[in-house]
Amino acid sequence: MDLLNAIVAFLNYVFVPGVAYGSQLALGALGVTLVYGILRFSNFAHGDTMALGAMATVLVTWLFQSWGISLRPLPTALLALPFGIAFAILLLLGTDRAVYKFYRVKKAKPVILVIVSLGITFIYNGVTRFIIGADDQNFFDGQRFIISAREFKRATGLDEGLSFKTTQGITIVTAIIVVILLFWFLNKTRAGKSMRAYSDNEDLALLSGINPERVVMITWMIVATLATIAGVLYGLDKSFKPFTYFQLLLPIFASAIVGGLGNPVGAIAGGFVIAFSEVTITYAWKKILVYLMPESLEPSGLVQLLSTDYKFAVSFVILLIVLLFKPTGLFKGQAV
Amino acid sequence: MNDTLKNTLLFAAVALLIMSVGFQQSWNSALLIIAMGLISSIMALGVNLQWGFAGLFNVGIMGFVALGGLAAVLVGMPPTEGAFAAGGWGVLGALLLGAGTILLAIFVMKRMDAGWLRTLAVIGVLVAGFFLFRGLLDPSVERIEEINPAQTGYLGGLGLPVLIAWPVGGLFAAAAAWIIGKTALGLRSDYLAIATLGIAEIIIAVLKNEDWLTRGVKNVIGVPRPVPYEIDLQNSAAFVERAAGLGFDPVESSTLWVKFLYIILFAAVLLILMWMAQRALHSPWGRMLRAIRDNEVAAEAMGKDVTARHLQVFILGSAICGIAGAMMTTMDGQLTPGTYQPLRFTFLVWVMVIVGGSGNNLGAVLGGFLIWFLWVQVEPMGLWLMNAITSGMAEGSPLKEHLIESAAHMRLLTMGLVLLLVLRFSPRGLIPEK
Amino acid sequence: MSDPYGDRGNKDVSIANPKGMGSEIPQRSGQTRPAPGGPFLIGENMTAGYGNGPDILHDCTIAVDQGEIAVIVGPNGAGKSTGMKAVFGMLDMRQGHVKLDGEDITDLSPQARVAKGMGFVPQTSNIFTSMTVEENLEMGAFIRTDDFSDTMAQVYDLFPILKEKRLQAAGELSGGQRQQVAVGRALMTQPKVLMLDEPTAGVSPIVMDELFDRIIEVARTGIPILMVEQNARQALEIADKGYVLVQGANAYTGTGKELLADPEVRKSFLGG
Repeated sequence: MDLLNAIVAFLNYVFVPGVAYGSQLALGALGVTLVYGILRFSNFAHGDTMALGAMATVLVTWLFQSWGISLRPLPTALLALPFGIAFAILLLLGTDRAVYKFYRVKKAKPVILVIVSLGITFIYNGVTRFIIGADDQNFFDGQRFIISAREFKRATGLDEGLSFKTTQGITIVTAIIVVILLFWFLNKTRAGKSMRAYSDNEDLALLSGINPERVVMITWMIVATLATIAGVLYGLDKSFKPFTYFQLLLPIFASAIVGGLGNPVGAIAGGFVIAFSEVTITYAWKKILVYLMPESLEPSGLVQLLSTDYKFAVSFVILLIVLLFKPTGLFKGQAV
Repeated sequence: MNDTLKNTLLFAAVALLIMSVGFQQSWNSALLIIAMGLISSIMALGVNLQWGFAGLFNVGIMGFVALGGLAAVLVGMPPTEGAFAAGGWGVLGALLLGAGTILLAIFVMKRMDAGWLRTLAVIGVLVAGFFLFRGLLDPSVERIEEINPAQTGYLGGLGLPVLIAWPVGGLFAAAAAWIIGKTALGLRSDYLAIATLGIAEIIIAVLKNEDWLTRGVKNVIGVPRPVPYEIDLQNSAAFVERAAGLGFDPVESSTLWVKFLYIILFAAVLLILMWMAQRALHSPWGRMLRAIRDNEVAAEAMGKDVTARHLQVFILGSAICGIAGAMMTTMDGQLTPGTYQPLRFTFLVWVMVIVGGSGNNLGAVLGGFLIWFLWVQVEPMGLWLMNAITSGMAEGSPLKEHLIESAAHMRLLTMGLVLLLVLRFSPRGLIPEK
Repeated sequence: MSDPYGDRGNKDVSIANPKGMGSEIPQRSGQTRPAPGGPFLIGENMTAGYGNGPDILHDCTIAVDQGEIAVIVGPNGAGKSTGMKAVFGMLDMRQGHVKLDGEDITDLSPQARVAKGMGFVPQTSNIFTSMTVEENLEMGAFIRTDDFSDTMAQVYDLFPILKEKRLQAAGELSGGQRQQVAVGRALMTQPKVLMLDEPTAGVSPIVMDELFDRIIEVARTGIPILMVEQNARQALEIADKGYVLVQGANAYTGTGKELLADPEVRKSFLGG
């Protein structure tokens, strides 16, 4: 019985939140890794792209809510998501036309594009705050739980409850669907293969008749889609606040680098590695240990390795360890 | 138009902008812009050394600046009575133990043959060390934080003159830069950007969390000053008399005088650093640096140790940021870990360097002043603009309210726009490298 | 003056992909003019260089006719590869023309030349290492809208080993096999002329012989071949036409046999 309780507590406090957070990071890291692979630079504006895409979704959600349209028991935001994605696609394509393309034509070095993306970060950040403000925004509606802790306790008779939030369920299901679609696209379609070819060898792709501008356009469209989905899922699960998206940049970069920059499989793996390290190292294990240890050995403290404020430190230390042992990341990235 | 004339005009234009603030708003604001402009210029000088002369991409400026701030507290604040006796030795012991653990792990790593046994040994050392560290640290920390938590609850500082903190801040930043550089520049390829981004966040997390060191989010206030306090000046008959003689009222003149003194101090630091930077760059060392930047392969072939040069310049540049950070905390009179944001302390400095002109020290200074002026003045300008735009709208309309309320966010937008415009139309900056 | 778009020697892989941004290719108008007569493919009196850099080719002429193998040989740094790239449109042409099949294509971009029927195998980075052999061939056929399974079968007939390894990543193959993938990729467009830049660079002598055999086989299917070779003697033996370049200019021109027999050429370039 104690063992079961410990397992349920582990699932409830570590596993389920870890999987949900990992999915969000993975989706974010996929966007970063695609830009790195195709456009050759690390996009500092990715966090703010997530924020803008999510913001558009939030606004459309509010509009739908005011019209009384809902998707009960699912959150209305899912209905608004396509509009958010469309907005983000237009935004990124517009940004590319107005800003990035100039440097691509000039064959500017990737570092210059990184600096350009710093400028874009400022602008996106400003626009988001200008339109929706800097505060927390709630846009979640629908049923809160798939399994609530109370029902779970009643049904199983255990002391520990397992709660599974709707947002966590949606996050995980959406992430799986998106990842399957993305890999199908990259490996099976002509456009996807041309993207991989371009990422592998730009000159040869050109000689093969692949149109670089088209590849870049498709890439931005996919990146916009991934970023918006990641942003909305994170916003539903936690809350929508422009600044938190900017802060997500570090764990997202860490995920992409741990997995191997430019490698989509790596981005997903990296997302989960970072998420689980963050959750396990900052979780207070007392609750679980109490069930597993005899009373005399019960821990007196919280058994929390590091306070939650150090979660960035965790991403970073994991990153450092991976880089020291495997400089190209867990999966062979392009950084050779 | 020759370069000297053009540069003079550029600086004159910025001076004019700042003076217009003096005439239209207040001379206090204008002097504050100058003082912060000086600090910004120093930060930009440090980053320009790294990026402009060595091509190193540092996105952890915030962390180095914050370390400088920490130095101001540790040097300038009086020691908390009884705190050191309560837990100081414990904390010091724990820190030494932590450092020892890492050194031992590195030693094991270097001495043992690669394999699972080594991995296990390293992990074993680190885990055991971590628990010992926490076991020693936690009780000491608790004892320190128990001492008058509303006022102190931290170790306090050394109670030395705060000016000493400026070079110490540079040393703190240099030490952090050495550790980062050793790891991130020593790998097969550089990972400096992500390393600095991460370390900066960690430094801020430490400052926010380790109450025994910095009082965390409760902030340390009342950091001693190198200049007189306004209230003392106002109570000084000689000062009031002199101010009255010049036609100033005592309150305004005391605030102006204090800012003026800070400006003198900051300007002296800037001039010294600028002189040193210029000297360094025209020395054989600086020429080698640029040779490496422009053709690393050739420089390496000539036997230049590229990694060592990069490490040196990274440490120097970061130290300069640390000095600037200590100066800033000194002027603010308080350390508020919650206010360190990457946009303000890292990316804004980058905008200064790029706009001013990468690779040109004079450009960095110009960029520092210009961008700081905009950072401060865009908000009132935005408000004015929004008021102008919405003047035709009905009073109390939601759009009008939203627009006026949002004027505060114009500042980030403007910074991005300025950066992009300069990159597009004057990609080498306002004062390009020669 | 520093380059405003340069990276200042930055080597930070956490922000910048070390693969960089691809080669600079000159902008062209894309106009063609009829130019009847002459050989099937000719780069005529080419004077060319990279960007605003110095001229590398000086009044250099390279040509290949139907059913021929033409070989460019010469000492290191003679501009052999550069000549090839100039014919393919990757350099800035200051003077001269490139004509293909009775058309002046000097103002076409490299991609447009591929569409006109030129196949080019660069000396290095000539395959997509992270993609499978089959995907490499598919990418070779990217501009084709018709069914290219026949062509792929022909390539597999020509290079049986590739069929065996078709699901393996091309980067995992041996040097000789990689070159086969590279040639196979270029053949997928069904080119009217094939240009090979040192196809035997870095492979063992046995593999080299086999590659030469395959190249002759390709030529027998009626595709004219223009190639640069380091192994001058062997290359001239199979060549219908040979060009010896020195410092970016034609030094000797003749049939392969003539050049092999020429005492001057033997002494200077074939080691006696």
